Amino acid sequence: MTLHLPILQVIVPLIAAPLCMFLKQYPKAVWLFSLLASALTLLISALLLQQVLTSGTIIYELGGWQPPWGIEYRIDQLNAYLLLIISAISTIVLVAAQTSIEKELESYRQSYFYMLYLLSLAGMLGIVATADAFNVFVFLEISSLSAYALIALGKDRRALWASYQYLIMGTVGATFILIGIGLMYQMTGTLNMNDLAQRLPEVAETRTVFVAFAFTVVGICLKLALFPLHLWLPNAYAYAPSIVTAFFAATATKVAIYLLIRFTFSIFGLSFSFTTLPLQTLFLLLGLLGVFIASMTAIYQNNVKHIFAYSSVAQVGYMIVGLSVGSALGLTATLIHLFNHALMKSALFLALAAVMYRIGSVQLNQFHGLGRQMPLTMAAIVVGGLSLVGVPLTVGFVSKWYLVLAVIENGWWHVALLILLGSLLAIIYLWKIVEAAYFKPPVHEAGTIKEAPYSILIPVWVLIFANLYFGIDTRLSVEVAQSAAQSLFGVAP
Amino acid sequence: MMLSYQTMLQLAVVMPLLAIPLILITRNKPNLREACSIGIGLILFYLVINLYHGVTQGEVISAQWVELVPGLGINFSIEPLGMLFALIASFLWLVTTVYAIGYMRDHNEQNQTRFFCFFAFAISGVMGVAFAADLFTLFIFYEVLTLSTYPLVTHAGTDKAKAGGRVYLGILLSTSIVFFLFAIISTWFVAGTLTFTAGGVFAADVNPVIAGAILVLFIFGIGKAAIMPFHRWLPAAMVAPTPVSALLHAVAVVKAGVFTIIKVCLFIFGLDLLAILPSTQFLLYLAGITVLLSSLIAMRQDNLKARLAYSTVSQLGYITMGALLATSAGIIGSSMHIAMHAFGKITLFFCAGAILVAAHKSKISEMHGLGWQMPITMTAFFIGSLSIIGVPPTGGTWSKWFLLVGTLDSAQYFLMAALMISSLLNIAYLLPIPFRAFVPKEKMSREGIQIKEAPLPSLLALSLTALICLVLFVYPQPLYELVTSVFSTAEAAYGK
Repeated sequence: MTLHLPILQVIVPLIAAPLCMFLKQYPKAVWLFSLLASALTLLISALLLQQVLTSGTIIYELGGWQPPWGIEYRIDQLNAYLLLIISAISTIVLVAAQTSIEKELESYRQSYFYMLYLLSLAGMLGIVATADAFNVFVFLEISSLSAYALIALGKDRRALWASYQYLIMGTVGATFILIGIGLMYQMTGTLNMNDLAQRLPEVAETRTVFVAFAFTVVGICLKLALFPLHLWLPNAYAYAPSIVTAFFAATATKVAIYLLIRFTFSIFGLSFSFTTLPLQTLFLLLGLLGVFIASMTAIYQNNVKHIFAYSSVAQVGYMIVGLSVGSALGLTATLIHLFNHALMKSALFLALAAVMYRIGSVQLNQFHGLGRQMPLTMAAIVVGGLSLVGVPLTVGFVSKWYLVLAVIENGWWHVALLILLGSLLAIIYLWKIVEAAYFKPPVHEAGTIKEAPYSILIPVWVLIFANLYFGIDTRLSVEVAQSAAQSLFGVAP
Repeated sequence: MMLSYQTMLQLAVVMPLLAIPLILITRNKPNLREACSIGIGLILFYLVINLYHGVTQGEVISAQWVELVPGLGINFSIEPLGMLFALIASFLWLVTTVYAIGYMRDHNEQNQTRFFCFFAFAISGVMGVAFAADLFTLFIFYEVLTLSTYPLVTHAGTDKAKAGGRVYLGILLSTSIVFFLFAIISTWFVAGTLTFTAGGVFAADVNPVIAGAILVLFIFGIGKAAIMPFHRWLPAAMVAPTPVSALLHAVAVVKAGVFTIIKVCLFIFGLDLLAILPSTQFLLYLAGITVLLSSLIAMRQDNLKARLAYSTVSQLGYITMGALLATSAGIIGSSMHIAMHAFGKITLFFCAGAILVAAHKSKISEMHGLGWQMPITMTAFFIGSLSIIGVPPTGGTWSKWFLLVGTLDSAQYFLMAALMISSLLNIAYLLPIPFRAFVPKEKMSREGIQIKEAPLPSLLALSLTALICLVLFVYPQPLYELVTSVFSTAEAAYGK
């Protein structure tokens, strides 16, 4: 059984999704069923991580076919870490889903929601688990197509437009990736990542490989919403059902970052990406621009979901800056932030789901007085926000510490200063929310608004405590990230 | 029951936090709620006194909590300066709580439960700062202190409070994140350790330009020390209720700032390195300018609390200057001034609050003849003023004396002049207040004026602190010994 864990990781949600149709009449049963499936994937990913940490990379040949003919799944520290993040967030978010979805979606759509959710989860887990470049594309499409549909489920009519925007941009991105993979295949005759990594250097100095690289990287950057390719993200996050936003904000961009790391570091190799091609400068520049422009835009938003969506674009900027450093420490910083940002954003968007549940809007002017009316939800937003700013004892601080240290190690003192300045912008948009919630007279009459139901509140606070816990006890996040980064750099951990 | 010193140290940090659930449980019974605050305050003070005995007996007290990232964690250890700071803060917390009971009730303040909760939270932050064994720990509690005092500053919830809170949080958080954190990470990168070490952590051959730049980052980054141009948060924070201004902005917050500066000077740079850094002189002049300018600004303030706030900015400049002088007299003067200024300034703030509560006056120009109505308060104000100015028979004399000696030792005549002029300015902006209160300009008839002092708890508190100002003049010996022992016992505590 443990032998087949790598494939079970993907298969469980993939099979569970169509099975949901049998329970279609009973949304609550579908919810329980998908929660069970998600919890099972969480268990599997925890076992996988433990296995990888004790006995090294797991190689799994699908159907017993040997690579490069068959598809190979390869679980090393990096993807085991990602699998754990994705399945854990998915499970916690699903706990809150029933209450929120019941309110936000018509009853006949609820079962479809869980089905799509599981499909999307399966897609993301597949992208991370597989070691086959074409397989990546297949799972990318599975997760993306279900994502478009999930976003379009949003109550607001603008969700349709947002989903359409995402569909166009996402398809362009996926096509680019496909073109890139096709060109690589043409040059090397293989789709297996390991083989690619070995054969690409032989043909590295050809225009075809350059083009393949460019298409792949741009395609992935579209998916991860790197500035200036982020335009689809804010609306998609703002108008999707709240649960969908909480899930995607914490996982979807992380998967794209993973792909970027895989392609630039493992497949093409650091010297090719950073020395032969000017990716380092490009990433540094775009990352920093993303941090500043997205944070400034966030300050001027009136929809709180928009605020945090732009903040996500800014946080992606930090991760890209970490990558651009091109050292093991920089990659460690990115990986730590990957984990930490998933915790922050899922907590924040889930808290927004609670607000949506009670007052049906997340406009800033509807937040007036909520500090008293929904004290626990607002306290969660404040703590999660402080984590976003990077206050000590939260996970955000750990991320920032490593990122600044990595940048200084490289001698980029000015970049270090810019990173710290960027986190000040986060204070400003956070404080807009704080002042609205705690200082403005309430817009809702006293007694009409109650604290959010426990079914949402408990997952929110579980995530908030995770924000604090992993800000103090960093063993899991830092050590796994460190050894994953070092193994990518070929340094013995 | 005898606890080990190590346990007491950890309890001292946690104890104020224990008050919070108690305060919340008893929130519907104000008397019981305040009893909880005072009870916990007493226990805390008892713990700190015990620790003080331990320190004077030469015990090395330290404790480790968790390791956040490899090599960096939350660690505590006690040295004389931290002991001094903890003693002052825990004692004055107790006094301020007594004062606050009278003030908050008489002033009909809302949300008193929240007020006492965050008050306790802030004190826990102060204890963490005082006992921190390394810069990392210190930074964590420094930020805890900033955030936990924000709800106190904006207590009134009005637009004015909100605006003040913005400035307060904006300056303190941005300086600490952009400069202070940057300085800490740079130190970690250059020196490889953040643990406070007697004689400093930098190697002897460290590049003086880089070390000098880091020093500038530290001085600007520790915004709580209110060195110009990052002093604006202090006057802005005066929108807070008076007990908050008194404890946090005369003692806990600002003293956490200058305390951190002294720690950085002594245990991160070391006096030898500090004396030769190229940026030290520039920072000394900046401190001197802060001292003079803020004294001048203070003279122009008609609002009593605003005047006191600028006076605080100026006095903090003294302490920063003393630390940067890099002489033992300077350090002694600075450290003693932490204590002397704490007692002097808290007395003045207590009096300002008492005047507000009893006479409903906040403008200095309205306080003529107030001495007949509030004789005890105005007498206390007079004593507090003397201590801030630094003339006998008050404790402030001693610290100012050592600071002057420090400037002479290092031949900083400009700074010596700045200190002298500033003392004259202190006289000019502080003494007229009690003077006019007792001897008004125009003749006023004394008839019909009845003695109406502040509520009893408040009056007791301000009399007590005024009395201590006097006691510290005749009996500064324990304080002096504690402070001077920093040069000998710090080596035992931190290792050379």
